[in-house]
Amino acid sequence: MRLAEAWRVAADALRANRMRSLLTMLGVIIGVASVVLLVAIGTGTKQTVEQQVEGLGSNLLLVVPGRLDVGSAPAVSPLTLQDVDAVSRVVGDPSRVAVTVASGATVRAGARQDFTTVQGVLETTPTVFARELGRGRYLTRSDVDTGRRVAVLGDSVARVLFPDREAVGQQVNVAGVRFRVIGVFTPLGQSLGVDRDDEVHIPVTAAQRLYGTQRVDAIAVKAPDRERIDDLGQRIVAELQGRHPGTEFSAVTQEQILGVLGDILGILTGVLAAIAGISLLVGGVGVSNIMLVSVRERTREIGLRKAVGARPRDIGVQFLLEAVLLTSIGGLTGMALGVGGALLVAALSPIPAAVTWWSLALAFGVSAAVGIVFGVLPAQRAGRLDPVVALRAE
Amino acid sequence: MSPGAGRDRDGSASAPAIEALDVSRTYQLDGVSVPALRGVSLTIAAGDYVALIGPSGSGKSTLMHLLGGLDQPTGGRLVVGGRAVGDLSAPELARLRNETIGFVFQAFHLLPRTSAVDNVALPLVYRGVGARQRRERAAAMLARVGLGHRLDHRPNQLSGGEQQRVAIARALVTDPAVLLADEPTGNLDSTTGAAVLELLERLNVESGVALVMVTHDAEVAARARRRITLRDGVVVADTGLADTGSGGIGSGGIGSGGIGSGGIGSGEAGVGS
Repeated sequence: MRLAEAWRVAADALRANRMRSLLTMLGVIIGVASVVLLVAIGTGTKQTVEQQVEGLGSNLLLVVPGRLDVGSAPAVSPLTLQDVDAVSRVVGDPSRVAVTVASGATVRAGARQDFTTVQGVLETTPTVFARELGRGRYLTRSDVDTGRRVAVLGDSVARVLFPDREAVGQQVNVAGVRFRVIGVFTPLGQSLGVDRDDEVHIPVTAAQRLYGTQRVDAIAVKAPDRERIDDLGQRIVAELQGRHPGTEFSAVTQEQILGVLGDILGILTGVLAAIAGISLLVGGVGVSNIMLVSVRERTREIGLRKAVGARPRDIGVQFLLEAVLLTSIGGLTGMALGVGGALLVAALSPIPAAVTWWSLALAFGVSAAVGIVFGVLPAQRAGRLDPVVALRAE
Repeated sequence: MSPGAGRDRDGSASAPAIEALDVSRTYQLDGVSVPALRGVSLTIAAGDYVALIGPSGSGKSTLMHLLGGLDQPTGGRLVVGGRAVGDLSAPELARLRNETIGFVFQAFHLLPRTSAVDNVALPLVYRGVGARQRRERAAAMLARVGLGHRLDHRPNQLSGGEQQRVAIARALVTDPAVLLADEPTGNLDSTTGAAVLELLERLNVESGVALVMVTHDAEVAARARRRITLRDGVVVADTGLADTGSGGIGSGGIGSGGIGSGGIGSGEAGVGS
């Protein structure tokens, strides 16, 4: 039998049992669609995170106590403002050094309140992290030196506390202490469902007094150029370890952060794809099951075809093609649904989704392979049927 | 034009369509050997018309399956269309069935949801004939069985007699040497059955295909030129054989075989209808 003929016979058989074919395909459709969709979400998340890390500004070094690694617990910081000064001396330019000491706190203005992240920072933050101010001004050196109670609000905080009037110049109450609003950031928007404008910056000195600590959580340094970034990092770490014997410090670059995040998100994407793959496998078992039923139901037809000259191979190929056709159509439909779902998720939810070609190719390849693998057994069974027995079947 | 009619069987009349020598078939059922055929020897000449009779369990279905290459003997030597059935692999058997044998079943065995012309063309599919030529040949064959106007009807749109005619057309579309009919009138009323029988007889004469028919019906069997009776897996009677007893050689045996029985009369009736 010619192959084109075999395709036609397979397609006819599927058409003859439209409802059953559709239900069988459904398993494959769901499997493929979820592979495509989940991989798209994983990939989209990864891309967004990478963009954000890159968006922090270029040539950034993040100095933290302990080791930055997958699975390592965050260490309690021993860093103080004296360490910051020491790092500034190593860098040679204090305007390239930023710090943060952050805590969640309730910020009030009149009857309104907002629980947000309050960060104690230096006046250098806009330079180092490329942040822009929408209105008013940012902190100054003298604000930091004197621990002045002034605050710069994120756009969301400003909207919540002062929905109908200008925030700049107003008073806010941070954890029971009054601060004067001197500026509002340009909105950054949302990413991964997190509102990036939900923060308040106050002088690090004021924050330390507020939280009752001498420490800072982390130091960020903007290196003058990419070539010297590793060298600078090593010198900073050496300086800090000299000042805190026995404590380990890390100076990580954006590339390293991206690498770590990439690993985490890669694992996440892999896990999602594997879960979706299991549903595809289940769909394949469904195909196998239905093909066995189909072989049994059409035993007489098989007997007749054999009687008029079909070889075992002809019968096997016919049923195999039927299974492959079933999973391929299911696979294509699943791909379309997966892509559509990904576009929908990207458009309607904060979760980013980016469809990748490899996930489409993989999903389709796997579904076709599922058709072959799970079609072989029923096809062999059909091919080997004894024509005498088959012709007698009811 | 029509396949088979153009084929000259007389030239090969000296080569029998079927030759069985001490053929046996034993089934293994749960480790127990059950003999269905116990040494059957017979020769069926090209173009012969044979009724295979016997009570149920006599082994006539088993013999039918062996003659048709659907099954293989466990002993003896069986040659169909010049090929030893026992020596063939599954694909070779399939080819033998496709090229040499035509089957007509009691229950018609037409593919449902498939037009008459596509049903008839089915054996040609496995011969690798192109779609267009298949349809032409199938349509011509349907015309020969009187269904030229029903090409695109499906089995459920046809009467029982018409369905069996489609099955007969399917059996002959490949121009086989042997037509095996297993109770071809068993599912039909007597009038329709008689018409189907006449058609088979006419085609037997026209195309020179050897017609071997399994039947319970004594009246049906009586129309055959030759009757082979099986009982308990052996041939107990072989009447109307005429002088082919002198080996399978007697090519003139076909004609003389018809003299003894009412074969000629019914044969003429078949041609006439």
